[in-house]
Amino acid sequence: MTNQGAGLTALADPTRREIFERLARSPSAVGELARELPVSRPAVSQHLKILKSAGLVTDHAAGNRRVYSVDPVGLAAIRDYFEQFWQQSLARFQAAASQPTQENP
Amino acid sequence: MTTQTQATSVTTSVEVQAPIEHAFRVFTEGIGTWWNPDHHILQADLAEMVFEPRVGGHIIDRGTDGSECRWSRVLAYEPPHRTVFSWDISLSWELEPDPAKASEIEVTFTANGPDRTHVVLTHRHLDRHGDGWENMRDAVGSGWDLTRYAEAAAQ
Repeated sequence: MTNQGAGLTALADPTRREIFERLARSPSAVGELARELPVSRPAVSQHLKILKSAGLVTDHAAGNRRVYSVDPVGLAAIRDYFEQFWQQSLARFQAAASQPTQENP
Repeated sequence: MTTQTQATSVTTSVEVQAPIEHAFRVFTEGIGTWWNPDHHILQADLAEMVFEPRVGGHIIDRGTDGSECRWSRVLAYEPPHRTVFSWDISLSWELEPDPAKASEIEVTFTANGPDRTHVVLTHRHLDRHGDGWENMRDAVGSGWDLTRYAEAAAQ
């Protein structure tokens, strides 16, 4: 079991995905998320706990509040996969699309 | 060059030695000339790929047995500057019927003089694929290799 696997399974839940997407736009406290979403504050806390244990979000104290934000490591595996996929695909595209130059090779 | 990557997207870019119209045409209608033929989800071998050049069209893989897989919807088609298409493939390598669980790819083309084109590709909303990452990782196994590109580039 990897952390990445747990993280992406955690995102299969639509409410958690919504919370994650909101945090990706701007870090927020539990109360702010509960106000903007049709779920209770305890439910938001529970979702955040799951996202945090999956390595997708991280938190820090700001005064008397706890602010949650996206953990950049959380989606690393899926990003790495597609980054590699597209870099290699674009290299093939580059070879196919590039025409011989006028100068000597 | 790789630009800033957001949490849920991947961006990569390349410069090609060709006019912008040619670069756009090769990427879209000529997709079968550069796409790695091993990358498909058909049962049979890949015979050809079709990029339908219009919004509402599809990218279609056709197998040697006549089977067909429409794995992408063309969401924007603005030659020669931009195209957007969906990635309707789940992380367990199956056709994803729910558009809400599909990610999407935007490709932009910028002329860098008459014979050079800068191409930027962004694969975004990767978090929509959520479930099943482990299956994909296992399917990918040892990952891709650069052998084919090296061969193509050397010709």
